[in-house]
This record gives sequence, C-alpha cells and structure tokens, in this order.
Amino acid sequence: MTQANPMLEMRGVGKWFGNFCALYDINLDVRPGERMVVCGPSGSGKSTMIRCINRLEEHQAGQIVLDGVELTEDTKNIEQIRRKVGMVFQHFNLFPHLTVLRNLTLGPMRNFKVPEKEARETALHYLERVRIAEQASKYPSELSGGQQQRVAIARALCMKPKLMLFDEPTSALDPEMISGVLDVMVELASEGMTMMCVTHEMGFAKEVADTMVFMDEGEIVEVGPPDEFFGNPKSDRAKLFLSQILSHH
Amino acid sequence: MDYAAQSEAAQAERTPPARKSTLLTRKSPLIDIAQFAVFVVAVIWLTLAGAQSMDYNWQWYRVDRYLYRVIDGEFILGPLLQGLVVTLEITLFSMILTLTISLVTALLRLSGSVSGRLIATVYLEAIRNTPLLVQLFLFYFVLAPILGIDRFWAGVLCLAFFEGSFGAEIIRAGLQSVPRGQYEAGDAIGLNRLDRLRYIILPQAVPLILPPMTGLIISLIKHSAIVSVIAVAELTTQGLNIISETFMAFEIWFTVAAIYLAITVSLSFFVSWLERGAKWGR
Repeated sequence: MTQANPMLEMRGVGKWFGNFCALYDINLDVRPGERMVVCGPSGSGKSTMIRCINRLEEHQAGQIVLDGVELTEDTKNIEQIRRKVGMVFQHFNLFPHLTVLRNLTLGPMRNFKVPEKEARETALHYLERVRIAEQASKYPSELSGGQQQRVAIARALCMKPKLMLFDEPTSALDPEMISGVLDVMVELASEGMTMMCVTHEMGFAKEVADTMVFMDEGEIVEVGPPDEFFGNPKSDRAKLFLSQILSHH
Repeated sequence: MDYAAQSEAAQAERTPPARKSTLLTRKSPLIDIAQFAVFVVAVIWLTLAGAQSMDYNWQWYRVDRYLYRVIDGEFILGPLLQGLVVTLEITLFSMILTLTISLVTALLRLSGSVSGRLIATVYLEAIRNTPLLVQLFLFYFVLAPILGIDRFWAGVLCLAFFEGSFGAEIIRAGLQSVPRGQYEAGDAIGLNRLDRLRYIILPQAVPLILPPMTGLIISLIKHSAIVSVIAVAELTTQGLNIISETFMAFEIWFTVAAIYLAITVSLSFFVSWLERGAKWGR
C-alpha cells in the first residue's frame, strides 16, 4: 500500500504555559483527505494542540511540518502557513465592523491580491455552499449564532485552505443551531477536505471521522478508527471519558 | 404562515403602553431650565456686583476694534483674531504630531521589541512626570538652538510631545480593548501585522479612542495658551499685550476665554457628530 506524504506531521511537540505543561510529546500524522476528530476532557490540551498548528500558540519543543514546510519563528513563514490553514473558532470571531461579504473577501484580497470582483464571486460561491448567500450584505451581529458560524466556515474556505481546523465549533451555539453547522461540516468532509476537529459532538465524530484522537493531560492517549475507539477503548481514561460523555445519549 | 411572519404579527398586536406626560412632575424639563436660568443670573449678578464694588469701569465698546476693524469697506483682523489664527495653526500642527507620536508610542509599548518598549516607557514617564512649563523652557532654550527651530515650532513640538504621552495611553487602551479573538481571527486568515492593524484592529478601536482623544485635543487647544510665555503671538499673548496697553483686564480676558470656549465646544460637537456616523450595525 502506498502512503501519500502526510499533510501535517507533528513530532514530539511540547508546549508549556509557565511551568504548566499543556502539551507533551505530541506525535501525529494527518494524511491528505483525512478527517480527524480530537476529543478529551476539558483542559486536556485539544485546543492548544490545534492552535499550535497555525501558530496562535507557539510550541516550544518538537516540530510541526505542514505540507512539507516546517513551522518556524520566521514571520513570513508563519504567514505562509496560516494562509494554507483554515481556522474556525468556538466564538466565530467574525469582524463586527465588516459586512459578511467583506469578512470573506478581506483575506484573499490582502494576502493574494485577488481582484475585488473575483474575491466577491468566490465569497458568494462559498456563502451559497453554507446556505446563507442571501445574508451577504448584512453585518455579523444581524445573524444568528449558527449563521455566524457558517459565515466563519465560509471565511476560512475562501482562503482555499489545505487543512481546516475546527476548535469546538458548536460549543457556543444554541441547541437548535447546531445541526445546520454540523451539516455544513459533514458536507465539507464528504468533499475530501482534510479536517481536524475538536468537538464534543460524538454523533458527528461517528459519522465523519476516519481517525479519533483522545487526549488527556496534554498527551495523546489513544489514536484509532472510530469503531474501535467507541466500541472498544483501550485505556481506562478513554473508557471513563466515554462513559461520562455518552451517559445521557 | 411561517414562524417568522407569525411572530411579526404577534409583535404588531402588542403595543407599548402610552407614555405619561412629565411636564408638570418633578422630572419636568421646565423645572430644569428654570434652575439653570437662576444659576446663570446669579453668576452674572455676582460678577457685576464684584466689579462695581471695586469701581471697575466697564468699557465693552472698546473691545470690538481688537477683534476686527472695517476700514474703507475692507475687513481687517484685529490682534485677538490674528492671535486666534496662530493658536489654530499651533493646534493643527501639534495635533497631527500628537496623533502620530501617540500611535507610534502605543505600538512600541505593545510591541515585542524590548528596546521599543523601553524607549516608549522612558518617554512616557519623563514627559508625564515633569511640568509642562519646564518642558517648554527646555524645548525653547535648549532644543530650539540645537535644532535651529524658531519659537513657534519649539512650542508646537513641546505641546505635541506633551499631549502625545497621554494620547499614547489612550490609543493603547483602545487597541487593548479590541477582543483577543479579533487579533486571532486576523492572524488565522494570514494577514500580516500591518493589514491586521489597518483593517481589523484600528477600525474597531477608533470608536473607543475617539471620545477620550477629543478630550485630549481640547486640552491641547487650552494648553497652547502656555506658549505665550515664550512670546509666540497667539491668542493669549495678544490678550496680555492688549491689557498692558488698555488696562481692560475683565473685558479682554472674558473675550479671550469666550473665543477658546467657542473653538473647544464646536470641536466637541463636531466629534460627537462624527461618532454618530461611525456606528456600525450593532
């Protein structure tokens, strides 16, 4: 079996906040097209791990290699890597002073000098894909949480990323808004987008994940296909976590 | 009927209760206005009574020639309005410099560069902890001969560096009150630092910065009076000169104060008008 070069390699990655070790010896490969779901108790380092990938947090040990390019201190290098990685935040972080359309066109126009007309076309294309093209001229505050999160996904997609990172994208949403966002993510997964997703939505994980990653106390405890992880978790910590998270399902 | 239309129809049926008239209650605006009028009359009466008790000879009829004169149908600025022009020039130049110094200092303070932060901190502490008058003498007697600048520019630079130290903190506070998530979102779409500042952070910080910055510019206008001690021919200097010739201390100082008031109040109104325009769809 031939193995394609990984889209993302993490080798011995470590991260400390002061003396507190947030990540320790993280080793992970993400293949092109792979859909990885990261779960674990709160404070286990899930968010910190994916935030290290586009340098929202700085890792202090090990290597992160994205699409063959190592993430270094160099500002230009960091910008290059960020332009290949789409990020969706828990709290959307849309730009409140810009319309939905301007939120989407700003990155491509400033970073890649895409002409405005072309950037608008791309933006409208992705807004249609997340099913809110009719909101293009509104401001973020005029939209519901679910709609804002879908705009945030479209904003990330407008940069034509090679890897999409989701940091608990549905945790801040009202329950009735969650399915709309998950539908968009499932669709994205089915189109072959490489994704890493921190989420507590285990239904979503079972539906789309190729690989489950379970973290605890800054370490990766278990990596495996979802059937195995949900059906037969190896570690006690994963068993405990699953029994807690699934007890009301 | 869909859900949205239904809720709209329900809203239309539920009208708010009629407002009660406040005209003759304790909160009535009429009573407010009456209180204000009593206060104004009292202040004027006190001033006039005070002047009378010291046998002050009011000569308001002599004031207008120091504001302007019309000779052969030609309008000529009197010394007070000429001084006003110089005051406005000082204000304009030092305001531009103040805003530049403020922004640069604030960015240095927030930057990762150790020497940048150190320079900014030393500048802030030195300026904020010494008297403005002493700074003005340093600029005029020490810096001006070294740099070869005249008294006007010595005054402008001194005011700009003085107000800039306060402006820097205003801008820093404004930049820091933009939520962290906005910086991160700008980073996440790969903007460089300048674009992030220009398109994301500043547009959100400016509405927060504008009100205290207006206060600072008003201070700048008022502080510009201090350059009269190095004899720059601005409004206060002209007032001093006229009084030494005419002894009309009350009339001229009231007039000078009224001119300052007119500029600062119109600036306040202009900025609050701007602020209303700067609101976005929140």
